Amino acid sequence: MENIAGHKSSLSWVVNISVVLLVALWMLPTVGLLVSSFRTADQISTSGWWRALAPSEQNIKIRANGPDTQVQQGDLFVIEGQLFDETGAEISVWGISSRAIDAFAAGETAELKNGARLTVQADGAYRIEHNEEITGKRGQRIFVTATTPPEFTFDNYDLLLFQGDNTDSMGRAFISTLTVTIPATIIPIVVAAFAAYALAWMDFPGRALLIAFIVGLLVVPLQLALIPLLKLHLSIGIGKGYLGAWLAHTGFGLPLAIYLLRNYMVGLPRDIIENARVDGATEFQIFVKIILPLSFPALASFAIFQFLWTWNDLLVAKVFLIDSTGQTTVMTNRIVELLGTRGGNWEILATAAFVSIAVPLAVFFAMQKYLVRGLLAGSVK
Amino acid sequence: MHPAILGLVTIAIGVGGCVGYFYLSNMVLDHVIFPARGPNAGKNINRANQIRPWLFLFPALFALCLYLAYPVVETLRLSLTDRDADGAFVGLANYTQMMSEAKFWEAMRNNMLWLIVVPALSTAFGLLAAQLTDRIRWGNLAKSLIFMPMAISFVGAAVIWKLVYDARPAGTDQIGILNAVYIWMTGAEPQTWLTLPFWNSFFLMAVLVWIQTGFAMVILSAALRGIPEETVEAAIVDGAGPMQIFFKIKVPQIKSTIMVVWTTITLVVLKVFDIVFAMTNGQWETQVLANYMYDKLFRSNDWGVGSAAAMVIMLLVLPILIWNVRNARQEMR
Repeated sequence: MENIAGHKSSLSWVVNISVVLLVALWMLPTVGLLVSSFRTADQISTSGWWRALAPSEQNIKIRANGPDTQVQQGDLFVIEGQLFDETGAEISVWGISSRAIDAFAAGETAELKNGARLTVQADGAYRIEHNEEITGKRGQRIFVTATTPPEFTFDNYDLLLFQGDNTDSMGRAFISTLTVTIPATIIPIVVAAFAAYALAWMDFPGRALLIAFIVGLLVVPLQLALIPLLKLHLSIGIGKGYLGAWLAHTGFGLPLAIYLLRNYMVGLPRDIIENARVDGATEFQIFVKIILPLSFPALASFAIFQFLWTWNDLLVAKVFLIDSTGQTTVMTNRIVELLGTRGGNWEILATAAFVSIAVPLAVFFAMQKYLVRGLLAGSVK
Repeated sequence: MHPAILGLVTIAIGVGGCVGYFYLSNMVLDHVIFPARGPNAGKNINRANQIRPWLFLFPALFALCLYLAYPVVETLRLSLTDRDADGAFVGLANYTQMMSEAKFWEAMRNNMLWLIVVPALSTAFGLLAAQLTDRIRWGNLAKSLIFMPMAISFVGAAVIWKLVYDARPAGTDQIGILNAVYIWMTGAEPQTWLTLPFWNSFFLMAVLVWIQTGFAMVILSAALRGIPEETVEAAIVDGAGPMQIFFKIKVPQIKSTIMVVWTTITLVVLKVFDIVFAMTNGQWETQVLANYMYDKLFRSNDWGVGSAAAMVIMLLVLPILIWNVRNARQEMR
């Protein structure tokens, strides 16, 4: 509609650039964490993630091979080797004492305390020569300042997901989160669908009041429910565990489920339902054969909401699920624990966070259409 | 039993139980209690149809009352009793004790700041994003990307932003992008943003604004598209500039949607817990009500004061609750 006034072209590049900036600003934090999860602890702590694609300069302490590897070449005793496992790193300066780590340039030769001569090349090859046999047990320490090419690793994911005995493991927490999420998503849908149908298409006294009641419950903070329900669960023997978490999530999810589904069902064509009634279908048949299939978009909307909410939840899990053994800990809680114990280990934190974020993000991008539809139905009328 | 199997069994029992309940209760109603045959067939069908809605509603209503309505009353009761004194009624003692705590007032002050800053910024950014993305070809992709944080948990967002705010000692390479930019621009010493009194609350709010902007954008974008084109065309013909069109023609027409977005985000803010819990846990004067309440309930085990704090949250939600219910009732007419 802007075309008609003919000022489209003059403004459009400003708009484009503004949107690029806005999107960049919104993506930046997530991208930073994602990039960090593929870097090693050393890389993360020595340079910002935005430098990940550029070669990085690192100070590394390496030990040369020990005297037991020396070979005799003519009059000389020689230890040779390569400081880097992988090629591509380039040494600029090096030293043999922690007080002077930049004493020598690549290719220069240093005289060691025992009289031996050490030469380190830029590519990491080194050679120690001595006129007599070299004694001692451990290899010579070498401090190098090297420029290493960008490098990414899957080790962090491997460590957190597949090494089960590891104390930082997210594997079990992942299963645990999944176990909480799926029943907590499906059960409220079934319960709410029947209620929504009754509220949308059955006539009975008090219907309007009930709808108002549900709209009211929609905004009741679940904080209020924590203590009373925990007391209830403990007194009737459910205790802390999956069952309690499923029940709690079901209860807390119901108002939105009923509200969304009822709003959608009310909009279904009256003719279809009345024709079916005239043809002698029972209410149960109408519901199962007509209403449910037609309401699929609304069911999907709510399913996504509830899935995201239960997957991302921390509070309900902390109160109703996780007991003192910690066997049933969910990923969000695991991450909070890691924030406490591994506050500086960004490779662990970043990877843990991404393991927990990956599934909701996949669901989000795959089913965005339904999510948007649900949001619109839930708040704009 | 392995929890995953337990989960599957629960789905089967839950879903099967629900469907079975609805099916069987309908059958009992139609064939046993009020059979649609015999001398009273017509009357029986009517009676059955009067009862059926309640069969459909019963499980949902039962769960709603038990899990949401009853706790409101019970929390009110708990806030007036003392757990140590065997649940004796103590009147408003819990409330007065809470009011005398500096931490409570700190939480109140911060919550009020959150209530002003987060909805305002989220709505403003959302409106800006909606207006801009609607006019470009790759707008839908841009929307997706701005909307994406909505899928990220508060805890995940806390980790993401902790990295942004990370501070290393002066002189070493910064790994938090905020400090890197700050030092590059001002050349000053790196700051530990999350321990900076007063301002640190704003750094926490930024996380929620980041998450909620996408929500505001999606809703407002739909509303902007719903504006009748004639109004905009008329304004253009009358010589209005783009700014005037936006603020004088478009914004007034979507005022009610802006209100809905604002109140929805307000509700999120009132319950905000995870972000503060994971990032600062209320230290360095960043306490908020929901975290204060959690502290009282599960760290000090003081159910009375914790419940009182929960009631304060409920009290703040109440105006929105009433407003929503009134709107819903108006629509039903």
